[in-house]
Amino acid sequence: MTDKAPHSIALINAHLVDPASGKEMRGGIFTSDGVIRDFGPQVTKANLPSDALVIDCGGDVVAPGLIDLRVFVGEPGAEYRETIATASAAAAAGGVTTIVAAPNTTPAVDDPAVVDFLQRRARDNSRVRLLASAAITKGLRGKEIAEIGLLQEAGAVAFTDCSHSIRNSQVMLRALTYARDFDALIMHQAQDDDLAGAGVMNSGERASRLGLSGIPAAAEAIALDRDMRLVKMVGGRYHASILSSSLSLDVIARAKAAGLPVTCGTTINHLSLNENDIGDYRTFLKLAPPLRHEDERMALVHALASGLIDVVMSDHNPQDVETKRLPFAEAEFGAIGLETMLSAGLRLVHSGDVSLVRLLNALSTRPADILHLPQGRLAIGAPADLIRFDPEEPYVVDPTQLHSRSKNTPFDGARMQGRVKLTMVAGVVVHG
Amino acid sequence: MRFAAMVRSLSGGTGTSFRAEGFPIRAKMLYTPPLMSVAHSKIAFPHRHLLGIEGLSRLDILALLDAAEEAVSLSRQVEKKRSVLRGRTQINLFFEASTRTQASFELAGKRLGADVMNMSVANSSVKKGETLIDTAATLNAMRPDIIIVRHHCSGAVELLSRKVDCSVVNAGDGAHEHPTQALLDALTIRRRKGRIEGLTVAICGDVAHSRVARSNMLLLSALGARVRVVAPSTLLPSGIERMGVEVFRDMKEGIKDADIVMMLRLQLERMSGAFVPSLREYAHFHGLTEEKLKYAKPDALVMHPGPINRGVEIESAVADGAQSLINEQVEMGVAVRMAVLEALSQHLPG
Repeated sequence: MTDKAPHSIALINAHLVDPASGKEMRGGIFTSDGVIRDFGPQVTKANLPSDALVIDCGGDVVAPGLIDLRVFVGEPGAEYRETIATASAAAAAGGVTTIVAAPNTTPAVDDPAVVDFLQRRARDNSRVRLLASAAITKGLRGKEIAEIGLLQEAGAVAFTDCSHSIRNSQVMLRALTYARDFDALIMHQAQDDDLAGAGVMNSGERASRLGLSGIPAAAEAIALDRDMRLVKMVGGRYHASILSSSLSLDVIARAKAAGLPVTCGTTINHLSLNENDIGDYRTFLKLAPPLRHEDERMALVHALASGLIDVVMSDHNPQDVETKRLPFAEAEFGAIGLETMLSAGLRLVHSGDVSLVRLLNALSTRPADILHLPQGRLAIGAPADLIRFDPEEPYVVDPTQLHSRSKNTPFDGARMQGRVKLTMVAGVVVHG
Repeated sequence: MRFAAMVRSLSGGTGTSFRAEGFPIRAKMLYTPPLMSVAHSKIAFPHRHLLGIEGLSRLDILALLDAAEEAVSLSRQVEKKRSVLRGRTQINLFFEASTRTQASFELAGKRLGADVMNMSVANSSVKKGETLIDTAATLNAMRPDIIIVRHHCSGAVELLSRKVDCSVVNAGDGAHEHPTQALLDALTIRRRKGRIEGLTVAICGDVAHSRVARSNMLLLSALGARVRVVAPSTLLPSGIERMGVEVFRDMKEGIKDADIVMMLRLQLERMSGAFVPSLREYAHFHGLTEEKLKYAKPDALVMHPGPINRGVEIESAVADGAQSLINEQVEMGVAVRMAVLEALSQHLPG
């Protein structure tokens, strides 16, 4: 973040969307010292201080910056795949103003010193806010609980073993029990690894025709159901990182109805794509959990619209060409997504399935609430983390133009609408 | 000569002051067994075994504490020997390693004149696969008078007690009870504070696996203390809220305004991720430091059943500090065990 930015910036003539209140209005936002000072129809060029930098948005949407709960930033240990500099550039270009760095690095973020390392690297190299998440278990091995208290004191905002599901129920119970003492958030990607076996895509006709082994949706729902029973025993804040099917939605719906302290999310990929997109073994669409049938995708979209799904994240997972240019079964899981997340989400708005407010709510307000962050809303005194975009503006995704160090986008050549024109973090323009 | 009178005459004093002032209820006065008229005063303890604090009445406990008080005076003399257990055989049967408890029972027995035999399980037939009940039957055939048992399984001492004809003392069974530790802790507190009733006692650490915690919770509650337990949730047994104690997960809140801070020993093998992530995390949040101790009352006293893990559950500055009673607890241990042995010997035949 540069210090040369003007003291105060105003975005005027905008279509303001506050996903926290659900309000949309024509008007402007005045920011100074990194926070929102005023917003609404009254903020016009006429009543702004003379030294403020005024940006006329020409009716574009201005909304809170996005918050992404899982971004693999490559540091430490996988700088050939991504760095904090490249990930944050991609984030800024994609309108993501807060990234939660995933702990599945080398070494893993299971020691307070690594949290400190990330914070120092981010201070020097990141264009957006970077928060560290830390491992639930040491080395993400699912055996011994990590130093949740010390990691939280060091600044970790949540605990996750990423795509490693905790197989041992006793370990999961102890992790939830221990985390509760610190009011720490456990974010778990549930999967029964024995049932998933060596599966590489959704179990079903497509997998059978391709001759690939499948992962049934029940593998996710069974583990999730177990987790809900454990949460019921001990309490503690639990976030189901990625739901991929209606079976899992049912589990979460029941848990929420029972009043458990549970939230859930999915990825933009699972909302945008289905197993047919794998086509003839496109490894960029090999994801964990796997893309499922179109009916399941639509169930997820409806759950997003209804609010059952709280959060949408990119699960930004840059992979080297060499780990993707392999037979499907041997290729790595994962796709990048920071830069295309908003546009892909806007497809659901254009199709009429999800309102713009709900989409932005799931991309900013809800993750902020879950992490107890002040951003993700238009409010006086809230951080001036803002984005500007024209939801109608068409463009074609060109992987060579993406900022991420790796180019494994599942949206290669996709026609999108709504590219981010301007990104502001703490009142400073970092993109556009 | 009555025991108390004998002690007084030997020590030249009149007993400790709090017994005259602090404790209006004296078990000896309330409990008058029919055979009181013979030479020795009786300890009003109507049980054949000491298997736990559970099952003891408040008066039973006070009787043992009062008797232990006299044993303290005796133990501080040059001539420490008495003869109430002369001719009696005491077997210390420790299935779990122990230094201080075993030594304490051995000394207690010897000071009362008993023949004390230490059974080292490491070299015994237990290692050859003998069952607990067979061991009990074997020992019983040797006609001991008192067996002191420590076993790693909860309930094992009670099981053994049903298979022998002599008195049995529980020197710690699994995560169940360690009654003599609770008695010696109570004695230590009562001597320093003059009372137990109304005191706030914070028991901190691995409550889930601690027999010391269970016995202390029962005993201190029975004598009217307000008992708190302080531990990370993973080291609290389920249902602890319904065991008559206040539960705290935060150390500073838990020891705030406490009169007594009682630290528990941590089993190090539980400290590398199973129950608690690491020693350093445990020490940071739950280790007793001078800084955390400031939250307790200014005259709060610190206890630990030992052996201590310095720098883990308690830092050296506190363990060795002016508020520490750790060494005094060891002294009270011998006295309490003398009282227990004497109380049980009253029920022995002959």
